[in-house]
Amino acid sequence: MPSVVANNLEKRYGKKKDIVQALKGVSFEVEKGELFGIIGPDGAGKTSLFRILTTLLLPDGGTASVDGLDVVKDFKAIRQRVGYMPGRFSLYQDLTIEENLEFFATIFNTTIKENYDLIKDIYSQIEPFKDRRAGKLSGGMKQKLALSCALIHKPSVLFLDEPTTGVDAVSRKEFWEMLRSLKKQGITILVSTPYMDEASLCDRVALIQNGEILSVDSPEGVIASFKHPLVAVKDSNMLQLLNELLRFEGTLDAYPFGEYHHVVLKDGYTASSLTNYLQQQWHVQPDVQTIRADIEDCFIALMKSEEIHH
Amino acid sequence: MNSTTMNTNNTAIQAEVLTKRFGDFTAVDAISFEVKKGEIFGFLGANGAGKTTAMRMLCGLSMPTSGKASVAGFDVYKQTEQIKRSIGYMSQKFSLYEDLTVKENIRFYAGIYGKSDAFIKEKTAFLLKELHLEAEAGKLVRSLPLGWKQKLAFSVAIFHEPEIVFLDEPTGGVDPVTRREFWNMIYKAAESGITIFVTTHYMDEAEYCNRVSIMVDGRIDALDTPAQLKKTFDARSMDEVFLKLARKAKRSD
Amino acid sequence: MKQFISFVKKEFRHIWRDKRTLFILLGMPIMQILIFGFALTNEVKNSQIAIFDQSNDLSTQALRNELDASRYFDVAQDLHAYSEIEAAFKKGTIKLAVIFPENFANDLDHFNTAQVQLVADASDPNVANTLTNYATAIIMDYQDRITNNRKLPYTIKTEMRMLYNPQLKGAYNFVPGVMAMVLMLVCTLMTAITIVREKELGTMEVMLVSPMQPIKIVMAKAVPYLLLSLVNITSILLLSVFVLDVPINGSLLLLIFESILFILTCLAFGLLISTGTDSQQTAMFIALTGMFLPTIMLSGFMFPIENMPLPLRIISNIVPAKWFYYIVKEVMIKGLGIAAVWKETLILAGMLLFLLALSIRNFKIRLA
Repeated sequence: MPSVVANNLEKRYGKKKDIVQALKGVSFEVEKGELFGIIGPDGAGKTSLFRILTTLLLPDGGTASVDGLDVVKDFKAIRQRVGYMPGRFSLYQDLTIEENLEFFATIFNTTIKENYDLIKDIYSQIEPFKDRRAGKLSGGMKQKLALSCALIHKPSVLFLDEPTTGVDAVSRKEFWEMLRSLKKQGITILVSTPYMDEASLCDRVALIQNGEILSVDSPEGVIASFKHPLVAVKDSNMLQLLNELLRFEGTLDAYPFGEYHHVVLKDGYTASSLTNYLQQQWHVQPDVQTIRADIEDCFIALMKSEEIHH
Repeated sequence: MNSTTMNTNNTAIQAEVLTKRFGDFTAVDAISFEVKKGEIFGFLGANGAGKTTAMRMLCGLSMPTSGKASVAGFDVYKQTEQIKRSIGYMSQKFSLYEDLTVKENIRFYAGIYGKSDAFIKEKTAFLLKELHLEAEAGKLVRSLPLGWKQKLAFSVAIFHEPEIVFLDEPTGGVDPVTRREFWNMIYKAAESGITIFVTTHYMDEAEYCNRVSIMVDGRIDALDTPAQLKKTFDARSMDEVFLKLARKAKRSD
Repeated sequence: MKQFISFVKKEFRHIWRDKRTLFILLGMPIMQILIFGFALTNEVKNSQIAIFDQSNDLSTQALRNELDASRYFDVAQDLHAYSEIEAAFKKGTIKLAVIFPENFANDLDHFNTAQVQLVADASDPNVANTLTNYATAIIMDYQDRITNNRKLPYTIKTEMRMLYNPQLKGAYNFVPGVMAMVLMLVCTLMTAITIVREKELGTMEVMLVSPMQPIKIVMAKAVPYLLLSLVNITSILLLSVFVLDVPINGSLLLLIFESILFILTCLAFGLLISTGTDSQQTAMFIALTGMFLPTIMLSGFMFPIENMPLPLRIISNIVPAKWFYYIVKEVMIKGLGIAAVWKETLILAGMLLFLLALSIRNFKIRLA
């Protein structure tokens, strides 16, 4: 039995003329013990989705269940067994680390001792500071505390809404390492994030944009479904290069991607055809390489094809 | 140099051992750097490294403890009002008033910088056309999708044609397509002569900058072009460079 | 139960660690009592008066001494001509002038009637009234004493007795009023704010997605303020009794019981406010204008309800503080028992239940 099931979830906000469709029929399933990522930008519907799954909001359409319990009818039971950290959650600033943890443990009818093993790897990093007020912690430490508080009652499903937003690359990496280590405990974890690069750290991901799911698959599966040839190109004048790439007849799409530009080629075109074209444009030795798509490439392609369909 | 003249040389921002202390905590530790006019300068660092504090000093919002700095030729100690008039600012947290329309926001911000009605009218029409927002001109900002909001916010920030614009994580949480459109706008602005001072958590965006500085524990531990940084730190991407530097940090936040 | 206690502990920690607010919550009642007691008062004491004595005999001297001796008056000036009177008032140094005509004592002895003229500064009519009343009373008193031995026909002697508060101390009035105000402020305002703050911080979300029942969350938030209010009542009563000489004539137990009833009503009100808004600012605004202001104006504490037009008198009936103020006066000042206040107590209890029921009904167990 899957841990979390979403079936055609719909959610609307506002009235009459100003209705915003936050979720337009979202469906997916999460297996027990999976590390499942909901990847999408702000406004995609991630928070609305999480709030429905954690029983904080009623869906306007569709159904959902957690551990087999319906989010509408059995909300009380769900609230006893899941862990939830909302976006940008900051705990109780004027309580110490230990007081925060103790509080959450007691609220969930357990003690720190009972499930200490579960959080040991994470909590031990901040335990030396347990008498420090939560408001005086660094961002990374706050994350660890929040995670510990969410885990202390050994939830069967953990919902983390944008736990890494606004955090620098180093802390983000550390956080995901912690999440992966939790998989050993058999906890199902749903994490939402706007950072595409974090998708590769999940077992499976759901790419979401504008209230719709673009794709649900393992990261490799998403990448494998990228149909077109993809090429990375670099040159000394990137701005000019981009314009030339867009003019190439074999280009389906071209966009900057950090150090390189990525070019999605039409079927039948290859890196060499691009190289030839560029040489015709007076580039002496253009740096052109065929590459594998990245989650972000897939997201962009999916976004654009969605736009075409609307 | 006469304190009331506009910046005539090629330097947009200059900092010399700029320091900010809060009690016995040194948030910004004697940083020195120069940003040339029209440059896209990336200002990176982990949370708590001192980026926000440094930016505040450069925007004239916070008084340095010691050191020197000038922005658009104006001194950050004595000429903060002139600085504020010469710069634009945009952050992820705040950009526009949600309960005002697109046009009202433009008018409001342009008015703050003392632009004439004729200027505002002409440029507003131009801006709306550029952003394809003509149909939405009378709509409340809160009804716009996030990506459009951020693009509009950027346009508003440079509406009064400042010398320098400070961008504090302008693309946070924005979808990948809009991010790129945003950077396109940044390029255009830089081409027109506006100096761009931007902070970001997206390492690929670091690549779009002419030069990048990385702050660690209040100091600037690296400052160079992305290509040079990768060579110096033997890294294949800016992400790696950042990780190598930031991991050494003793303090975070 | 452990859950509940843990929550209450947390709430106490929050309150204790916010020293500034704590100082205000505990210090405010003390400050108010002291300010009302010593600085603000409806009584007029030591008013500066002037005497224009055209007779200068034993009687006028005696009257002058009586006036000066009274704690209400201080003879500041002696005037010597009618023209000086207006000048003295214009300067603003005196509030009342007492004028004795020539041959005052003579007239009294031989014609059994004499006149005294009182001229008061009525730019503040209340003060003018009070002062002329005081002066008249003193003069009447003197008259009583000198006519003691004479039999006068057809005199109606008015004997006044000020029950419960013979010295007409203002403190008797405002101590119950301050109690009502302080309890309302601490309980309603703070409860509303603390609940809404959790909503603003996002911690309420997390609390909802937990086994903790929402009703327990609310009760746990109310408990510290209940205890804080009991501390406040204690300090108010101690100050009143030992510093302001206001007695507790009735049963202390009954007083405390009624206070707790009122506290609970205020807490329920705070809870109701918190269910209606997600912003601390709005909660504060509603609490202050929707509840605190009516309490001050319509509870009978500052302005007598009997003087108000009918619509306001009717509205004052839904202000819980009006009933509590009445009950405290009956119990504390008049020394009455439950028999005298059972109706009002029942009304308060009814309000409590109503507010509670409404709050529970409105309490959202989801975000929208």
